[in-house]
Formats: sequence, structure tokens, C-alpha cells
Amino acid sequence: MSVPGDFYLTLSAVLFTIGAIGLLVRRNVLVMFMCVELMLNAANLAFVTFARELDDVGGQTAVFFVLVVAAAEVVVGLGIIVAIFRRRVGATADDIHVLKG
Amino acid sequence: MLHVAFLIPLFPLAGYGILTLAGRRLGNPLAGWLATAMVGASFVVTLVVFAGLFGRAPAHRSFQQTWWTWFSVDRLHVTAGILVDPLSMTMALFVTGVSTLIHLYSIGYMEHDPQFPKFFLYLNLFVAAMLLLVLGGNLLMTFLGWEGVGVCSYFLISFWFDRPSAASAGKKAMIFNRIGDAGFLVAMFLVFERTGSLQYTTVFSRLGHVGTPSLTASALLLFLGAAGKSAQLPLYPWLADAMEGPTPVSALIHAATMVTAGVYLMCRINPILFRAPDAAHTIAIIGGITAFLGATIACAQTDIKKILAYSTISQLGYMFLAAGVGAYVAAIFLMLTHAFYKALLFLGAGSVIHAMNDEQNTKAMGGLRALMPITAGTFLVAWLSIGGVPPFSGFWSKGDVLLNTYGYSPVLYALGALTAVLTAYYIGRCYMLVFTGNARWAEARASGDGHGHVVGGPVPAGEDAASVSPTAGHGEREHGALHPHEPSWVMTLPLLVLGVASALGGLINLPFHPTLVFLERWLDPVVGKTLFNHHFSAASEIGFACIDGVLAVVGVALAVTLWRAVADRPAVEPTFLQRAWYIDFGYDRLLARTSTRFAAFTSAVVERKVIDGAVNGVAAAFRRGGGVLRRVQTGYVRNYALGVMLGLVVLLAYVVSRSVS
Repeated sequence: MSVPGDFYLTLSAVLFTIGAIGLLVRRNVLVMFMCVELMLNAANLAFVTFARELDDVGGQTAVFFVLVVAAAEVVVGLGIIVAIFRRRVGATADDIHVLKG
Repeated sequence: MLHVAFLIPLFPLAGYGILTLAGRRLGNPLAGWLATAMVGASFVVTLVVFAGLFGRAPAHRSFQQTWWTWFSVDRLHVTAGILVDPLSMTMALFVTGVSTLIHLYSIGYMEHDPQFPKFFLYLNLFVAAMLLLVLGGNLLMTFLGWEGVGVCSYFLISFWFDRPSAASAGKKAMIFNRIGDAGFLVAMFLVFERTGSLQYTTVFSRLGHVGTPSLTASALLLFLGAAGKSAQLPLYPWLADAMEGPTPVSALIHAATMVTAGVYLMCRINPILFRAPDAAHTIAIIGGITAFLGATIACAQTDIKKILAYSTISQLGYMFLAAGVGAYVAAIFLMLTHAFYKALLFLGAGSVIHAMNDEQNTKAMGGLRALMPITAGTFLVAWLSIGGVPPFSGFWSKGDVLLNTYGYSPVLYALGALTAVLTAYYIGRCYMLVFTGNARWAEARASGDGHGHVVGGPVPAGEDAASVSPTAGHGEREHGALHPHEPSWVMTLPLLVLGVASALGGLINLPFHPTLVFLERWLDPVVGKTLFNHHFSAASEIGFACIDGVLAVVGVALAVTLWRAVADRPAVEPTFLQRAWYIDFGYDRLLARTSTRFAAFTSAVVERKVIDGAVNGVAAAFRRGGGVLRRVQTGYVRNYALGVMLGLVVLLAYVVSRSVS
């Protein structure tokens, strides 16, 4: 017996929502970063589910791209975060607003 | 022999080119001699072509020389080329002839001017343009020359451009001519629209298919152009101010040649005028009024060149009167004789001005006859010619005009006859003031008045340009002792030649016998079909000639009686006439000041408020909008994330709503 696709999609939606809300409400940059990862992987889950349900390998291919891009994003994103923390210890996302108009 | 006609305008043009490149190197007086030689060569070529044309049968005395296709757009094909016929050759002959003499005279007159080569450069360019004007085979070629002489006129009026009065006189001439040129342009559009061509021969052959209103309109528009160029009402005031230019320029451009271009144009379009009698009537009336007006003003002027300028306006009025009446031969006849005696008057005036160290006020002259016998003698001949005293040339030409005018309208004849008396009078007044009486300049110098305004200072005719004393300016040599004397032979020779021409000019069209009217028979192929022909009996013709003679003698006698040994008669020099009927003054008040005020309004209100306002308003709107939108950029990551999120929701909602429906 296999788990129905609806479940995966629901899980995906829940994970995405948690990620989105976390991104919006948390101030810690690392946590926000993890939330972004959560949202990405929620999307991946949806892709894989659709690939299985529709029997189309395209969805799985898209996931590979997302994973590669996410890895690159982690490298750049963590690099930026480390650079910020070197300069201002314990900074939150709200402390970094030099682009304020 | 006729195919060399293209050389006629080419010689002065080449002179212009050489002087542009090497004028400074040639210097003084070589540049002048070169220019004179070029115009002289042009005169010789004209004589050759003239002789060639004379050798043909009268019916074949017209041929067109096409140089190249100027441009060709749709139906409009314009060729650069010339029309050689009796009319254009008559014009070319006297233009080159008088120009050669005046070039020669200028070598003497301008000898002390630092801009000597430039002066001859302009003069040569002027002659080239004038020859294009008279020889042009289509309206556009004529217009090319028309504009060419206009711009040379501007350059030469403003030749001493460091004098504000000369600079503004040049501008004034340009503006008045622009008004006329607009008429010329519109006339060309109309003629092309109606006949599909600008070539004179083609246009004239298609006139039968054109309605009278169109013909009247084109004739009147061309007359507007002619009125601008030839200083007729209402576009005449520039000519009086044009006297700011050097005197040879006044003689050549503003008396003998350029200003007669309008008359030439009227004679050239005689087939149109013939079919548009209303337009011709208007031209005759305006010509008659201008003749009278110019003569009255000339009676009260004190500046020697102003007298001659208004006299020119008056004489041009006579020519338009003749052209309007349809007496084209009389118009050309008067134009020729006028070219001789008016050039002579101006050159004589130049000689006097030269001798008087640039004094132009006749009231400060006097008694020069003994010191300058050649100038005085030739001036006397010119006076008797322009006054119409038999047997001088003016008697024949003006008599021809007046006779035809009588046949056309006795009222206009009366106006013309009255003007004839005034003409003999005002030039006589000028002659008496300058050459007879006491040597007032000697008293003036003795009393220490450097400018010698002894009696009645000059009252300017114009408001702006003329208000500066004409004595200020070029080449003023040593002050103090003044020894008037005859100028060198280069200046007296043209005087003598023109004197002979003025005296004997009538020979070309003597009315005694059909074989003697050379000019009429010569021009017959061009104007013969449209000529106004009123037959008078031999007795009445003699009667009219006697009346003309009496009128002239009355004018001469009046001048001699009033102005012998008297230099001041306020009673016959009313301010009203000295100020030229306040017409220029009126133009200044009505048009110039109104438009200046309008310009001030557009500058202060339209420019500052409307145009600047629009530009600044756009900028301010963007700045204010930016100030509001700036707040959106908080710099907080969460705000941006929220924006992205909301956008996502909106997109999602859109996709979902589409897939549902």
C-alpha cells in the first residue's frame, strides 16, 4: 500500500507555510536561512510527488536543479552571514538595513 | 555666338571666388581692379550676346540655355538655366555697364577703407546675383538671384557694421524684404499649382487654362515681392535707411540696379498682368501714390543721400505706374535712363561727401561749384535729366510714362504730373544747397563746429537707424582745414560717362518716327502683345510733351528762386515731410513696439510660466512622487520577504482562479 499523493502535497504545503512564516517572523539570520531551505525542500517534495503521480520524470529533474542551486545558495548565503557576524557580533536581520530609502 | 551667355553671370561669380580666396593678398587697389575687370568682361560678353541676338529675326530673338537639371520631384522639374531675350539682355546690358562704372568709381571712393577687398567681394557677388535674377529662365532662378541680391544688399548696407545705425539699417532692409519675399514664394507655389511649371515660357503658354482670380492673386503676390525689393508702399522705409551703406553701394544697389528688379519682374510677367487687369490697376495706383509720396518727402530732407533715396522711391513709383498701366516699354525706358542719372546723382553725391570729409548734410555745404566743376557739371546734367527738362533723357522717358498714364487714367496722370514738378524742384534744391551760395562749411569749421551743422540740424526720417549723425564713421581724416577738390580720375571718369548717358539716353526711344523707337521695337517680341496702346494724335502728343517741358521748367525755376543764396526756409520744409509723413514712425509705434511688447510677454509669461513651468512641473512631480515611494524601501529583509510572499499569493490566486473557471 502506498501513501496517497494528497498526503505528500499537504505535508509540502505545511512545510512551506512553516518556512514562510518563520522567514517573516524570526529575526535571527541563521534561522531565517534555515526557513528558506525549508521552503525550497517543501517545493522539492511537491515536485517529486507530482513526478510520481503523473509518471513524469521532469519533476525529479527539476528537483536536481533546485538542489544544485540551493547548495550554491547556501555557500553564498553562509559566506555573507559569516562576513556580517565577523563585523557585528549578535546582529539580527533588522540591524542590517542600510538600503533604507 | 549666343552660347557664351552663361559667361555673363560667371565672370562676376569667378571674381567673387577669387576675392574670397585671395582678396587680402591682392589687397588695395589690386582687388578693386580685378573686380572691375571681371564685371567689365561680363559687360563685353553681354555686348557680344546682344549683338548676336540683334542679328536674328525679331521672332527668333529668344532662346533658353539649360545648364543642368537643378532638381526633379514628382511633377516639379526645375532646370538651372537662363532665358536670353530682348528684355533680359536689355537688363543685363545696363546692369553690367553701370556696375563696371561704379566698380571703377569705388576703387577711388573706398581707397582709405581697411576692408577694401571685402567690399569688392560683395560687389562682385551682387552683380553675379543680379545677372542671375535678370537672366533666370524660370521663377526659381530669378528667386535665387532675388535672394542673392537681397543678402548682398544686407552685407553692403551693414558694411560699416561697427556703426549701430548701419547694422540696424541692414536688419531693417532684410526684414522688409523678407515680407516681400514671402509673397514671391507663395506666388511661385500658386503658379506651379495652376500651370505645373515654373519655366517662364511654359507658364505663359498655359495661362489660358488658369482662372482670373488665380492670376490676380499671383500677380498681386509677385507685386508684394516687387514692392519689398523696389521699396514701394507699404514696404518702402528700408530704402531711406539703406543709405547707411557706402555711397557707391547706394548708387549701384539702392538706385540703379537692385531696386529696379521689382519693375523687371512686373515686365517679365506681363502676360499674367495682361490677364489680371485688377492686379495691374492696383499696381498702377500704388506706384502713382508712392511716386508722389517719395517726391514730397524728398522736398524736405537735408541729408544729401536721403534726398536721393526718396527720389529713388519716387522714380520707382513712376516705373510701377507705367508697368501697371501696361506701358512696359516706358517702364524699362525710365528704368534705363533712371539708372544713368540716379547713379550719376549718387556718384556725384559720393564725390561731394568724399571731398567734405564724410559730411552729408546739405545745409553744411554750399559753394562747391567753383571747387568741383566736373562734379557740379555732371550733377547739373543729372538734375535736368531727372527733372525732365528737354532734351535730356528724363524728358523722353518720363514723358512716355505720363502719356501712357493719361490714356489709362487722367487722375493718375495728374498725380504723376504734380510729382514731375516736385522732382525737378527737390533735386534742384539739393543742387542749389550743395553747389551754389556761400561756402557754409568754411564758416562751420571756423566757428569750431566740427560736424558743421550750421543751419537746421538734420531731422531723421526714421526713428532708430537714422537718428545717429551721418558724419560719424569711416575714414575720417584730418579735421580742421577742409579743402574740397575733385577726386581722382577713377571717380570722375564714371561721372563723365554717366553724364553723357544721362544727357543722351533719350536717343534709344525717340517718339518722332516709328523707326526711331528702338527700344519699343527691340522689346516688341517680349511685351508687344500685352502692351497698353492708346493712340494719340500727333498734335496731342506734342501738346503733352510741351506740358511736360513746362512742368519741368516750373520745378527748376522754383528751386532756383527759392534756394539761391538761401539755405534755410522752414516754410517749405515742414516737419511733417522731414519725418516722412510719420509713416516710419507709425510702423515703429504700431508694429515694432507692439511686437517687442508681445515678445516681452512671451518671454516673461509664456517662456517662464508655461514652458519652464511644464518642464519644472514634471521634475517636481517626479521628485514628490519619489519622496512618497521612498518610504517603501524600509531596508528590512522581512518587509521584502513579505512583499515576495504577497506577490506569490496573488500569482497563485490568479493561476488557481483561471484553472477553476
